[in-house]
Amino acid sequence: MTALPAVQAILALPLGAAAALAFLPDYRLSARLNVAASFATLAVACSLFVLPGFATPYLLIDDLNVVFVALNAFVGFTTSVFSASYIGHELETGRLTPRNLRFYHAMCQFLAFAMNLALTANNIGLMWAALEIATLTTVAMVGLYQTREAIEAAWKYFILASVAIALALFGTILIFMAARPALGEGGMIWTLLLRRAGDFDPALLDLAFVFLMLGYGAKVGLVPLHAWLPDAHAEGPTPISAVLSGLLLNVALYIVLRFKLVIDANGRAFAPGPLLATLGLLSLLFAAFMLYRRRDVKRLFAFSSIEHMGLIVFAFGIGGPLANFAGLLHMTMHSLTKSAIFFTVGHIAQAKGSQSIADIRGLTVSQPWLGWTLLAGVFAIAGLPPMGVFTSEFLVVSSTFARAPVLALILVFGLLVAFGALLMHAQNMAFGDPGGPEIRSRASPAPIVAHLSLVLLAGIYPPPPVVAWFEHVAAMLH
Amino acid sequence: MSGLDFDVSHLLAGGLVLVSFMLLYQTRIYALLNVYAAQAFVLSLAVVWQAFVQDKPHLYATAAVAFLFKAALIPYALHRAIDRLGLRREVENVVGIGATMLAGLACVALAIVVMLRIENEADALAREDLAFALAVILLGLLMMVVRRNVVSMVIGFMSLENGLILAAAGAKGMPLVVEFAVAFSVVVALVVIYVFLFRLQDRFGGVDVGVLEDFQGSRR
Repeated sequence: MTALPAVQAILALPLGAAAALAFLPDYRLSARLNVAASFATLAVACSLFVLPGFATPYLLIDDLNVVFVALNAFVGFTTSVFSASYIGHELETGRLTPRNLRFYHAMCQFLAFAMNLALTANNIGLMWAALEIATLTTVAMVGLYQTREAIEAAWKYFILASVAIALALFGTILIFMAARPALGEGGMIWTLLLRRAGDFDPALLDLAFVFLMLGYGAKVGLVPLHAWLPDAHAEGPTPISAVLSGLLLNVALYIVLRFKLVIDANGRAFAPGPLLATLGLLSLLFAAFMLYRRRDVKRLFAFSSIEHMGLIVFAFGIGGPLANFAGLLHMTMHSLTKSAIFFTVGHIAQAKGSQSIADIRGLTVSQPWLGWTLLAGVFAIAGLPPMGVFTSEFLVVSSTFARAPVLALILVFGLLVAFGALLMHAQNMAFGDPGGPEIRSRASPAPIVAHLSLVLLAGIYPPPPVVAWFEHVAAMLH
Repeated sequence: MSGLDFDVSHLLAGGLVLVSFMLLYQTRIYALLNVYAAQAFVLSLAVVWQAFVQDKPHLYATAAVAFLFKAALIPYALHRAIDRLGLRREVENVVGIGATMLAGLACVALAIVVMLRIENEADALAREDLAFALAVILLGLLMMVVRRNVVSMVIGFMSLENGLILAAAGAKGMPLVVEFAVAFSVVVALVVIYVFLFRLQDRFGGVDVGVLEDFQGSRR
């Protein structure tokens, strides 16, 4: 038995749940159904680790995308648990109505469907369409609060994402043009593209990769096309910020990696590595400096996401088994840590009634467990040992020192700059005198604790099967 | 492929680039809409010609979508939006028209230089069609950059998308072209609905991106 039925299940489950949620009026029931559907998707996604991979003209499972699908399903599940405890408060304060919530729950599952489709697609056209659907879904969710800021954030995201979608499609058409002499009408099937890449016209591939990088790179949040990212993270509901940072950026990254493999396999086209490394390093440096003057806490962590996506793209750009391994590990650690931070921040913003960093003071006194988990999260994301982010950052830096010492120095500088900014803000929020009114948070700590303990486990004792799997995938990526 | 097929394809694709230039110097919003409708019409002709030359019936569907949706429905809907919401009728440029036209010329030159580098493994027609398509895409991007007005930004995006459809139709044997055309029409429709629904006018006191800048996300 191949993994095909499992893939059909991870596509059908969220789609069916989305249809059901669109008609369920009771929001408590919807929240539970959302959790149940996400859990079922997670359970099926885990079976992909044992079932053998396959490739049909439209769907594909290999060792690379299993990692992404499983991570996606896990964070999707914990986010649905967080969301269940988050939305009640939004309803009480009147920021959302039950009708909004029905739309929101249906969209959550629809987004999960679109992301799973993008991750399992073997046809580059289908991959493009799935990411387009996922993006449009998140646009709708970012504008959910319908405040002036939310609508502007959604509009900006919409326009930038549409242009990115268009450029990515042009890149896809160019890949097809390059492949057509060798493959004819099969020129959109990724597995065929990879097998015959050596026969393609390198000049067309070069041009295609530039457009793909602009289009999908904007979705990853790479500078200079990152402008949508902080707004979209700050103005939407917090579960969506967690999904954007933890999952959607990864999906775009995954697509970039798929195309990088094709270009690498051609051999005569220009090497994509240096382009990736440059863009990654630029994003990291830019975001590190931008962290200092943030006044909105969700915006702060959105910039931190740009920084980390920059680091991950840089690692894949450097290439080689060690750097690729570090990139994969860092991607996983970043997804887990950043979504945990957004969960915490969501509860904090509800307790304080504000997202402004200036309003958040003395959390360790007034809301001890929120304050301490925020600190733990920031320690993790800033790359302090013994958390897993430290391990992956250390691996990126050491593999870069072996290949390009000058770049490693710049990299370390950027990481230190970001480290300083994060600690400065975290200290202000966690300690001091808690001023201003606030309500006691009734949040459930389970998802946050689950994420952070996984990150801690990866830092202290990474499970050998996971390490072996990542090593194998890293070798696949060249 | 005979000489006539080649020449007509070139004529239509070149016509699309020419209309893209016409979009760049319009100063009245209704005129801009009319020129956009003309561009969509030229696009549907170009796609019909490709369908005929390549003998691919499904491209007729793409052409029909382009014609009905983009040459008729969208300009009509935007026309009504402008009337109903009382949007401003002038188009404000960030950059002067002369400079914009020069930048447009540079875009076309760039498209041609980039495409001519490509060896003749792909046939000449496909390559030159791609050069025209890239020129239309770059001109659409340019228009989005130099215009402050929301409606003309939307039109810039839609003309960019026309370039994409031209490229997809010119890529012989490309599967899913109809689906791409429909998918993009959905995006465009959503953008237009967004303008309607949220009445950027009411919220911001004018459909001008400049007004939004007090929000200045990056400073927060």
